Amino acid sequence: MNNKIRSTFKGGLGQLTIPLIAIAILFLFNLIRDPGFFSIEITYNNDGNAVLAGNLISVINGASELAVLAMGMTLVTAACGGQDISVGAAAAIAGSAFVKVLKSGSAITGGTVILAFLCACIVAMLFASFNGTLVAVFRIQPMIATLILYTCGRSIAYWINGGATPTVDSPIIRAIGSFIPGVPIPTPVLIVVAVTILFMLIFHFTSLELFTQSVGINGSAARLNGINSTLIKLLSFIILGFCVAVAGIIGVSRLELINHETLLLDVEMDAILAVAIGGNNLGGGKFKIVGSIIGAYVIQILTITLYAMKVSSTDVKAYKAIVIVLLVVIGSPVIKAKFAKLMSQLKSNKQRVSMKGAE
Amino acid sequence: MKRLKALLLTGVLAMSFAFGGCGGDTGAAGTTGSGDSGTTTTTTTTDTGSAGGTIKVGVVNNPPSESGYREANVKDMESVFSKENGYDLKTAYSLKNDEQLQAAQGFITEGVDYLLISAAETTGWDEVLKSAKEAGIKVYLFDRMIDVDESLYEAAVVSDMSAEGKTAVDWLLAQNLPEYKVIHIQGAMGSDAQIGRTGALDEQFASGKMTKVVQQTATWDEAEAKKIVESVINSGEDFNVIYAENDGMAKGAVAALDEHGITHGVDGKVIVMGFDCNKWALRELLAGKWNYDGQCSPFQAQIISDLIQGKTTASSKKIINEEKGFDAKELTQADIDTYGLGE
Repeated sequence: MNNKIRSTFKGGLGQLTIPLIAIAILFLFNLIRDPGFFSIEITYNNDGNAVLAGNLISVINGASELAVLAMGMTLVTAACGGQDISVGAAAAIAGSAFVKVLKSGSAITGGTVILAFLCACIVAMLFASFNGTLVAVFRIQPMIATLILYTCGRSIAYWINGGATPTVDSPIIRAIGSFIPGVPIPTPVLIVVAVTILFMLIFHFTSLELFTQSVGINGSAARLNGINSTLIKLLSFIILGFCVAVAGIIGVSRLELINHETLLLDVEMDAILAVAIGGNNLGGGKFKIVGSIIGAYVIQILTITLYAMKVSSTDVKAYKAIVIVLLVVIGSPVIKAKFAKLMSQLKSNKQRVSMKGAE
Repeated sequence: MKRLKALLLTGVLAMSFAFGGCGGDTGAAGTTGSGDSGTTTTTTTTDTGSAGGTIKVGVVNNPPSESGYREANVKDMESVFSKENGYDLKTAYSLKNDEQLQAAQGFITEGVDYLLISAAETTGWDEVLKSAKEAGIKVYLFDRMIDVDESLYEAAVVSDMSAEGKTAVDWLLAQNLPEYKVIHIQGAMGSDAQIGRTGALDEQFASGKMTKVVQQTATWDEAEAKKIVESVINSGEDFNVIYAENDGMAKGAVAALDEHGITHGVDGKVIVMGFDCNKWALRELLAGKWNYDGQCSPFQAQIISDLIQGKTTASSKKIINEEKGFDAKELTQADIDTYGLGE
């Protein structure tokens, strides 16, 4: 019985061990440093709504864009064995398209917001399928293929915006970016939950997860088994495109402003890191979306902790790098193998001792 | 076949680098250049055959797409040196120094009366300015200085970034708050705008007149500014001034205040200060949600026009353009229309 629990625990945790331990350590560190870090209180925002506030809320709220992007990135990583480094630039394009449509009408109503959302999704998916075609059809290394959009994406966003930083002043947009009146949980968090459920549903009702994994592990073998690997790769990019649009819209709504130069700047690196911290193989194959989501929150807790410690924001990146190098190295196959060997050695020693005792 | 593929790929890559390569500077919100840097556009607004009384002016400038600052700058030039004001304006826009040099040479050959230059780079202008002098063309520099002998130009109308910071801090001191607890959000470290806007405030921190609650760079990033303010709020520390080095970061900071129910602006607890004077930011001021917006003035045309027409004379070769700062209590819609950048 005890053994059974242990084995399911072991099997279930698997690749999530590292990110969960990372979260535990960060929590412990903050608990020792300042227990007040965890305080959550209810305040009234300037619109008069009761809302939750505190560092933990800042973490789960602030990581929303990253979490959504990490989900899409996991899929691309698993299917193509490479990463899309253009997500930040593509989000700027999607955000610009979103604002462009919003501002084209006279007033911003629920209808125009939905229309703008759809437009942003279509635009992001188009650019994503451009990336996807380069990778899936022309077999270009994902990082090289997406480098193109990475370099010119923000210029394209600039053209859409006409060089300005347009603002949108609307209660609906504010509700998307911060709080819906009467709901104390930040809306971006709700959006992350919705996207997660969407992914779960897709995986539950289709064979996408299995197909993606088999394409990632061995594309030719998958093709021989009747899986259209080109289509699966392309599809992974298009799904990432949807995630990019959602992330871009959250980013724009938060500030009610689109600045193509700064919107989700450098987010691609964090998204790839989230996938890596989540224990997913960056070379493709097996994956766990949950791991990447936890990875995103690990990165955000780290950032918020450093800010709470008043580390200069120029130094934050360096500290982040140190912690992340540690995490990735600990999670690397070499260290894992060494660790497993050590464990088995200890175990056999123990067995030998107990056998001696029996004699 | 393989080689062809490789060639194609290099071509695409090279193109993509050309797209992302360029960038402007100046005070305007990190809004930098775009892909259309490759061509110089030369336009003539009036036919030269008209009245002999018109003054021919050639303007060599960076393209309006460079930044909100440049857009306002170009618009200002066009409105001041208009046909109605007795000018015949020719313009050339490029981000590349060599193209600017060619354009300037072209204006000299064409025989303009005055040459106005905002150079892409500070070097390489000696020959062109000398030939302008030989041709009897008077040269004015605006926005940016050039590394040449002073005798080669009439005057340079430029901005003093540190004056901009000082104007803002002086305004803050004039508010006579019992205490100053400042959240200072800086721009990209090392940029002209950041150094200018930080200097005056650092002096106050050093003298003890103001208390530094936190001083962090958000590198012009709105979302980063929001995070910085949020972390201060979560730590429970008290503050009553937000000094953000551009409008976008001020907006990010205000979003954090709004979410945590902290009042700001004219009747609020926290004073909000921004820079650049985007139109949308000035509208926040007009609504009383912010208190102050400073500007690195892009308006040099009138000063130069006055010099050309002899209405004023330059006391020295370097004329410092007066920096503007707007107080929410005194701002009018007319100010927004005249001085606001963007839409």
